[in-house]
Amino acid sequence: MQIVLYFGILGVLAWPLGLYMARVYEGVPCGLDGVLGPLEGLIYKLCGIRPEEEMDWKQYAFAVLVFSAAGVFLLYLLQRAQGMLPLNTQKFGAVSPDLSFNTAISFVSNTDWQNYGGESTMSYLTQMAGLSFQNFLSASAGMAVLVALIRGFKRHSANTIGNFWVDMSRTTIYILIPLSLLYSLLLVSQGVVQSFDKYRTVTLTRTVNYETPKLDANGNPVKDASGSPVMERAQTKQQTIPLGPAASQIAIKQLGTNGGGFFNVNSAHPFEDPTPFSNFLECLAILLIPAALCLTFGKMVGDMRQGWALLVTMFLVLAPLTFLCSKAEQGGNPHFSSMGIDQAASALQPGGNMEGKEVRNGITGSAVWATWTTAASNGSVNSMHDSFTPIGGMMPMLLIQLGEVIFGGVGSGLYGMLIFAIITVFVAGLMVGRTPEYLGKKIEMFEMKMAAFAVLTVNALIKVGTAIAVSTKAGTAGISNPGPHGFSEVLYAFSSFADNNGSAFAGLNGDTVFYNTIGGIIMFFGRFWVIIPVLAIAGSLARKKHVPAGLGTLPTHTPLFVVFLIGVIMIVGALTFMPSLALGPIAEQLMYH
Amino acid sequence: MSRMIRSALMSVLVFTLLAGVVYPLAVTGIAQALFPARANGGIIRKGGVAVGSALIGQQFDGAKYFWGRLSATTPYPYNSASSSGSNLGPDNPELFKAVQSRINALRAADPGNRKPIPVDLVTSSASGLDPDISPAAALWQAGRVARARGLDEAEIRALIRENTRGRFFGIFGEPSVNVLKLDLALDKLKK
Repeated sequence: MQIVLYFGILGVLAWPLGLYMARVYEGVPCGLDGVLGPLEGLIYKLCGIRPEEEMDWKQYAFAVLVFSAAGVFLLYLLQRAQGMLPLNTQKFGAVSPDLSFNTAISFVSNTDWQNYGGESTMSYLTQMAGLSFQNFLSASAGMAVLVALIRGFKRHSANTIGNFWVDMSRTTIYILIPLSLLYSLLLVSQGVVQSFDKYRTVTLTRTVNYETPKLDANGNPVKDASGSPVMERAQTKQQTIPLGPAASQIAIKQLGTNGGGFFNVNSAHPFEDPTPFSNFLECLAILLIPAALCLTFGKMVGDMRQGWALLVTMFLVLAPLTFLCSKAEQGGNPHFSSMGIDQAASALQPGGNMEGKEVRNGITGSAVWATWTTAASNGSVNSMHDSFTPIGGMMPMLLIQLGEVIFGGVGSGLYGMLIFAIITVFVAGLMVGRTPEYLGKKIEMFEMKMAAFAVLTVNALIKVGTAIAVSTKAGTAGISNPGPHGFSEVLYAFSSFADNNGSAFAGLNGDTVFYNTIGGIIMFFGRFWVIIPVLAIAGSLARKKHVPAGLGTLPTHTPLFVVFLIGVIMIVGALTFMPSLALGPIAEQLMYH
Repeated sequence: MSRMIRSALMSVLVFTLLAGVVYPLAVTGIAQALFPARANGGIIRKGGVAVGSALIGQQFDGAKYFWGRLSATTPYPYNSASSSGSNLGPDNPELFKAVQSRINALRAADPGNRKPIPVDLVTSSASGLDPDISPAAALWQAGRVARARGLDEAEIRALIRENTRGRFFGIFGEPSVNVLKLDLALDKLKK
């Protein structure tokens, strides 16, 4: 019931937003020009941007790369220097070089993988000027690349595909900032913190007794004769309430499919997602822009049916996986049934597998989030995927491995989907002898080469990365759970790196030189080695003439095409990963009963 | 080429200012004006002293109090300076150990109660800071708390109802009972 409503409301909200965004990208009045127009002009002036100037695909790609490189550089510096900069109320020192490298690429590539705990590592300034800022800009860079590709389909006999600076600026000013402003205020109304005060210490009404490893004078744990650490009793009567400008960052991390949390446990933290209403809002925000962009695409190419066809395709893949995940988690843990535990859902309790979940979200709220956040390349979490049942945890992993095209990242998801659409018309062309065309453009050798390059890069990165990690000491050292579940942790991490998702089976200890470095490199290639071929396709398509639809044209808005497209995505995505999934979650499920 | 690099550097700076400084400051200003209590962590006071946050759970034990979820934060439970889940997989022996020792503690505190224990009471939350338990988990403990305090169980049940938050629009999320608020309300009753 909840799940059906979630999908319904998403569709209703995506429609107007999609049409609004089409107006923003086509440069026609969109309603906010009176207020934001002068700001836009001022930015162009300051940055030396000539908005009327057009770029060919190589210039466009160069602009994306230079812009991202500048972002990585700034974010790295901010983290290294945060100890000396203002707004560091908790006096955090510099972030380590390998972790800074990993985080800089992670946020610039819209992955937002977190190897750090926000409340214990990053100063307010780093969070805000570094991380929040990249939340906006990595999202608008992705959307700009998508718009360039759409122009490739739309234009004919043209050498240029738009101006990156204009696309990026307009996305940020007209779409992301207004939406985030509205969203962050709604979140604060629910209890998400937004404050520059120091962390607050409160005195508990009850003393907490606990055991902690005894430390010697040098701060090393004392061990007994058998080598296990000696424990000593300790107690505390205080709690530190962390604060910070969280709401403003959480709004954009959800809307921009970023996913990097303000706190260590991301949106499972009650200060990131305090109520059922905030959970509902944040969940919708994950898919809102990716869904709306399908309709923006339809509007811009002048055929709404094309946009709806892609949206329906995404919906048809995601909905069953969401239901399956929810069902598996609601089924609970079979080991618990003999222990006198009540796992049945009722009006008074969520029941099911509640390990690593919050009561206010329950099973459905956690399962919807888990599958939506991995379908979109968001990667934020409101429950711990590592503690999911094998099948429940396989759904998010599978959604990442499908290539982040089922909704996917803002911009990146839809350009990925369009690559699959190109492959689909080509395959269909070979099978039934139709001319491979998409939206009136002939698909030829060059486009196919580039499309294959984009798809294979990501697949290869995941497998090579996982292989290196499980066959080296540095890689296996980070694993926290025994058996096939440990393999799942690693496979999930590399899927998340290469597909720029950023969610994790969080038991894996990723803050090591090994994972920071290899992860950073893979995230970089997973992002930019896809953007370049996509822009190459955009450039090549823009140069071509429009071919009027003829008898030999395969219509691309029909149910038949949708089914065929799903087939291609499944074969490329699911089948390539079947062997590795068999070693992880499937093996675990078989051993489970 | 060099103009491109200049535009890149300048736009990174300008947007850092806009999205990284102006935007969060604007949100903070409006939030502090509209929702000052919530924006600052929903602090709960008792006799003028801050004793916790309405959204962050605390550790309670003993027969007289309602217990919350298990918390996997280190070095002590409900350490809100370092949020964390257990991240134990569903077939990890460590998980069974943690669950079993919690069951033993619950049973020891209330030996007469043979009803199956609601699952959220024996498992760790995702954040380690979950402020809530399910109404079922609260009701399961009602008899024990009533006896330990020498109160009528009906009174305790009424208190649970008062501190229960329903679903949003009756549909989304799950009903939940805030443990800190419930236990503070208990202390306000006599005994």
